Amino acid sequence: MTFRRGIPGLTGLILACSLLSACQTRPRADLVICNGAEPQTLDPALVSGQLEGRLCSALYEGLTRRDSRGRSVPGIAEKWEVSPDGKTYTFHLRPNLHWSNGDPFTSEDFRYSWLRALNPKTASPYAEILFGISGAKEFQSGKSNAESVRIETPDPLTLRVHLDHPTPYFPSLTSFTTYLPVHQATVEKYGDRWTQPKTWVGNGTYRLIDWKINDRVSLEKNPQYHNPERVRLSRIDALAVSRASTAFNLYSSGQADLLLDKGLIPALILPHLRGRPDFHPGPLLATYFYRFNVTRPPFQDVRVRRAFALALDKESIVDKITRGNEPIAQTLTPRGISDYRPPEGLPSDPSTAQGLLKLAGYPEGHGFPRVSLLYNKSELNEQIAVEIQAQWKRVLGVEVELRNQEWATYLRSLDELDFDIARSSWVGDYDDPNTFLDCFVTSRGNNRTGWSDPTYDSLLNRALAEPNPTQRLRLLAEAETILITQAFPIIPIYHFVGCLMFDPKKWDGLYPNLLDEHPFSEIGRVQK
Amino acid sequence: MISFLLRRLLSSLPVAFLVLAICFLLVRLAPGSPFTSERALDPATRHMLETKYGLNGSLPEQLLHYFSNVLQGDLGESLKFRGRTVVEIIQQSLPRSLLLGSISFILALGFGIPLGAFAAARHGRTTDQWLNGLALLTLSIPTFVLAPVAVLCLSFGIPILPPAGWGTPIQLILPALCLALPFVGVCARLTRSGLLETINTDFVRTARAKGVSEQSLIFLHALRPALLPLVAYAGPLAASILTGSLVIEEIFAIPGVGQFFVSGVINRDVFLVSGVVLIYCLLLLLFNLIADWLTAILDPRIRIQS
Repeated sequence: MTFRRGIPGLTGLILACSLLSACQTRPRADLVICNGAEPQTLDPALVSGQLEGRLCSALYEGLTRRDSRGRSVPGIAEKWEVSPDGKTYTFHLRPNLHWSNGDPFTSEDFRYSWLRALNPKTASPYAEILFGISGAKEFQSGKSNAESVRIETPDPLTLRVHLDHPTPYFPSLTSFTTYLPVHQATVEKYGDRWTQPKTWVGNGTYRLIDWKINDRVSLEKNPQYHNPERVRLSRIDALAVSRASTAFNLYSSGQADLLLDKGLIPALILPHLRGRPDFHPGPLLATYFYRFNVTRPPFQDVRVRRAFALALDKESIVDKITRGNEPIAQTLTPRGISDYRPPEGLPSDPSTAQGLLKLAGYPEGHGFPRVSLLYNKSELNEQIAVEIQAQWKRVLGVEVELRNQEWATYLRSLDELDFDIARSSWVGDYDDPNTFLDCFVTSRGNNRTGWSDPTYDSLLNRALAEPNPTQRLRLLAEAETILITQAFPIIPIYHFVGCLMFDPKKWDGLYPNLLDEHPFSEIGRVQK
Repeated sequence: MISFLLRRLLSSLPVAFLVLAICFLLVRLAPGSPFTSERALDPATRHMLETKYGLNGSLPEQLLHYFSNVLQGDLGESLKFRGRTVVEIIQQSLPRSLLLGSISFILALGFGIPLGAFAAARHGRTTDQWLNGLALLTLSIPTFVLAPVAVLCLSFGIPILPPAGWGTPIQLILPALCLALPFVGVCARLTRSGLLETINTDFVRTARAKGVSEQSLIFLHALRPALLPLVAYAGPLAASILTGSLVIEEIFAIPGVGQFFVSGVINRDVFLVSGVVLIYCLLLLLFNLIADWLTAILDPRIRIQS
């Protein structure tokens, strides 16, 4: 008898408890977005990923913000002036600004937030992006104190920033996540846990009302925002879904209205989506490339690197594998960055490649040491690696071993230069070639090739100090020429394509753009 | 009985700590750091983070530091989901896995046992063969095949159920079915073989000789001892089914605890992994204990010995 009462009793208890705590139905938000994986943080100083950045740009507003076409427009700052030497920016904030809890918003909030992001104790992964500000780098590396960082607040509505070098893209840079303001009293009171819905305070178009792990982040229109009329939808749910087929199922069944990432569309069905009215592809500021470890043979020899680069048939990779209409990459920087003309890259040239390998002492690949190609485990990376392995075998006669590692191990191998050739990709943070080219300056953390060229470094330094924008871009193009036509520490393979999925009959305010910026405030229902 | 349970509980604690220690050390020994990303992190920042989370000393020091926190009830903070404690993550996601898992568990037993008993009653006949084949089929189709096919059929073919998501009872149906189905097969087979074995024992033969009907023979007399192998299997099954399934959670976008077993390891999120492994371990110990207790109830011989 005990047995008969025991099992139903126990299971009933478990069920009742779980049902109560887990199953709460809630009304559907105005817009449901599949946003990718679970956000790691919503603290702008700690954010390093795109999906978190997207949420942050709804929760906070910087001096400038991005519009739905990715253009930089005034945000919290109404206007700004730049000194004749291009090194001092004075931002004038809009009057009557408030935080979401009603506290007044002042220029001091920006000073606090930027210094916080630079403070070594914050351990911000993106602090580097603030290094243009005078004294910032020294403060972050612990060599000086916060007072030496030259951010001034002459009055509550004015913020003056002194830069080390003239930086024409500085105003647009202030829309970047790390530059977003945080509420000092909240951060200091709650420490690491201030971004929880109960304690969170922000100044963006939306406020955080709920955040359930691996489920969703719920946003509601912020009534304290300086221009609430601009915000078109009152509630938005961003679902945490990382599996492409699941995200696509949610979209297809109408449970989600918008897919914001190509990673959320199953690669297999990509070719079938072309031509559908709800499929919106567009170029992105991101490049898929391979790195060489130039510190050890055989890739110490530039002729070998060049041979490997010229032997590649990139067209077949985008045609056969990625299949999203990706443009092949001959340069590291994608096309479309305003006013920048990247140099002409070198097209595929198998016979020159064979000649170069012969010159390097490996005619038709004879005597070529066994080298390996490192990539992090993913179907796409593997398919590309297999294809490239076959191309090198066919054209150069060399055997390349494939070496696949899971994410953290792969990153360590990159950091320790424990590879011969490695897969990589880079997403630009702002629309300037510097965001790509700076990676390959000697001993930069992101260099990860061991490559060092004083001419390249000096060109980038000269570009930094150059007040004339045209001349500056010319210097950067010159540097890129060295990178991709002479030194070959990397082989650019293709530029990424972004894909949005939404029904244009229902939604507007969404446009594919290079920076993949889709501010939630500009999305709205189509007026009939 | 109470002293038996207490003794078992106390002897389980060292096991839990051993598992925790092994798990912690394995994740810490794996190459790579929880703080690296595609964008390089400068060494000073990494050092700052390691100090903050108590991951900068030697391995034994780190383990000691962790254990002293665990003993005070602090499972640490997630290294990837900044500002979230492991306890908070488990608190939020475990009830969802428990809910889904318990429904699946009930389905597995609720369908598995009657089907198995039915097959045993029809031993050797066509029904038995059909049921046997079906059971074999359900347990040999992997979940990652079963779930997408089920979605295709029931969400898009005949659109009656939502393909994924969490929040409404109707969203639970597909994942619960997909999670339960393979175990229905296992339960049915275990029940069937247990019954067939019991049917040939002396006491069943006696009952049959006394003229007990075939139906009450199976369901009233033979089933109880025949369930012993199933109970032994159901203990660990309950623990694993209740802590969520990575595949089911991913495919149906269920915010449960199952995915942290894998994503935590990939991210080297040592405290999160250790936390969920600890929960799994405790559940496993608990359900094994319950299974032992049920075995004693089901089998008078064991009761007499203890």
